[in-house]
Amino acid sequence: MDFISILSIFVMACFVGYYVVWSVTPALHTPLMAVTNAISSVIIVGALIASSAAAGGSASSKWLGLLAVVFASVNIFGGFAVTERMLAMYKKKEKPVAK
Amino acid sequence: MHEAAPVNPWVALAYLISGVCFILALRGLSSPASSRQGNRYGMIGMALAVGTTLFTHEIASLPEILVAIAIGAAIGIVTARKIAMTDMPQLVAAFHSLVGMAAVLVGVAAFLNPEAFGIMGPDGEILTVSRVEMGLGVAIGAITFSGSVIAFLKLNGNVGGKPIMLPGRHVINLGVLAGILGLIAYFTQDQSPWIFWTVTLLSFAIGFLLIIPIGGADMPVVVSMLNSYSGWAAAAMGFTLHNTAMIITGALVGSSGAILSYIMCRAMNRSFVSVIAGGFGGDSAASGAAAATDRPWKRGSAEDAAFLMQQAEQVIIVPGYGMAVAQAQHALREMADKLKEHGVRVKYAIHPVAGRMPGHMNVLLAEANVPYDEVFELEDINSEFAQTDVAFVIGANDVTNPAAKTDKSSPIYGMPVLDVEKAKTVLFVKRSMGGVGYAGVDNDVFYMDNTMMLLADAKKMVEEIVKSLD
Repeated sequence: MDFISILSIFVMACFVGYYVVWSVTPALHTPLMAVTNAISSVIIVGALIASSAAAGGSASSKWLGLLAVVFASVNIFGGFAVTERMLAMYKKKEKPVAK
Repeated sequence: MHEAAPVNPWVALAYLISGVCFILALRGLSSPASSRQGNRYGMIGMALAVGTTLFTHEIASLPEILVAIAIGAAIGIVTARKIAMTDMPQLVAAFHSLVGMAAVLVGVAAFLNPEAFGIMGPDGEILTVSRVEMGLGVAIGAITFSGSVIAFLKLNGNVGGKPIMLPGRHVINLGVLAGILGLIAYFTQDQSPWIFWTVTLLSFAIGFLLIIPIGGADMPVVVSMLNSYSGWAAAAMGFTLHNTAMIITGALVGSSGAILSYIMCRAMNRSFVSVIAGGFGGDSAASGAAAATDRPWKRGSAEDAAFLMQQAEQVIIVPGYGMAVAQAQHALREMADKLKEHGVRVKYAIHPVAGRMPGHMNVLLAEANVPYDEVFELEDINSEFAQTDVAFVIGANDVTNPAAKTDKSSPIYGMPVLDVEKAKTVLFVKRSMGGVGYAGVDNDVFYMDNTMMLLADAKKMVEEIVKSLD
């Protein structure tokens, strides 16, 4: 894909990000930080490419990639798990039982 | 302009769908009801991105990759299960450092093996645009890493919360930043390794230098800012690798962090630049002499508090970081339950910068089983104090200080605050009269006629009140 196409997607995504994040309720700002951290670990894609490249390239590139896979995995699994844990805590007031 | 390796449209579509799933994940956070489904979308998007990558690239070492993922998953899940909600700011800082380091490692791998990433030009050198993207990705990743490590150490108490200021630090910082940018520009002409490594090392250094002078109380802004940077690092890597999932995600996360930083700064009425310049606000224990307490103030006991509150029609609880430190949130909810049994209406008022990160108080209250529809943000509840019988302030200080409204010379002037003094009675739970808040200023509310100071450890005081309410 050429640079202008990627740039267009990036610019559009920034606008989408702006409006979506403003719509997040302040009570959920902490889970927001946790989940954005988890999804930013999609950089694991780059790490997987690095660690799987068999052709030409150094062995060190592969090991760096594997190390990055470990770090990104901690974030992905940890990030989604901790977000899930937090979101499960939010409950509404129970309706009072009629006496 | 350059041509990269032709992309399989199905692969591109899969990454696009991942990006859309991530957008839906954030959209779900508009309310607690939709949030859990949103989190599912996030997980689906991530699985799709990872699966697509594994299936469409030459996998020479699948077992090693799976082991790496398994190790990371184990560490991540165990940490997520065990972490105390009061330690969330540290966890988020630690996680950010991992993303930063991952971005650096991917950038270095791309530099060492450009063919694998499809960024090698026909002349045997890395494409110019890719060099800029790679340079930026590594730089931002390194800053995110070292900055987050310092933020973690400050939040965890390993390093003092007081700002540590080097002489001439603004000159040094600006110089280093200029150096990084200049070298990235030079990198486009000359792809010698020393340039790349220097950019990386300088970036690690600047991350450290930028965060060290920022005081503990400003950490909510710092953590949000680093959240934003981790997004831009991912986006830069996405540009390098022509990967739409990374670009979309990077934009989402970058915007998210930036917006949260803005909200925090607005809530403290300080400009972002002044927060980053550092030097403001230290530990409450470390700063200043004890407040001049020859002004008269009323002291109350747990029994007094219980008596006042159980007769009230409405009580608004104002929690702050001190409540988290004392781990008083569960006892606080028991107190609220008892009050509700007495027919009192209980609400909670949250200031946006209460706690050490955005939304921190809300999570702590949720953990203590406080229903979220009893919890209100400053804008929604501030007008109710005037019709409220009791304002119960626990572990908060600066966010209730009326000097922010009246005293132009005060360092907190202009900051939005909770109008607790408008309530008929104010109960202020604090460990002692000495020890000022993070801004180092005294709080007039302590000395007002309708205020009663409850001086004790927050958890003990609340437990005593619970006993008296029986």
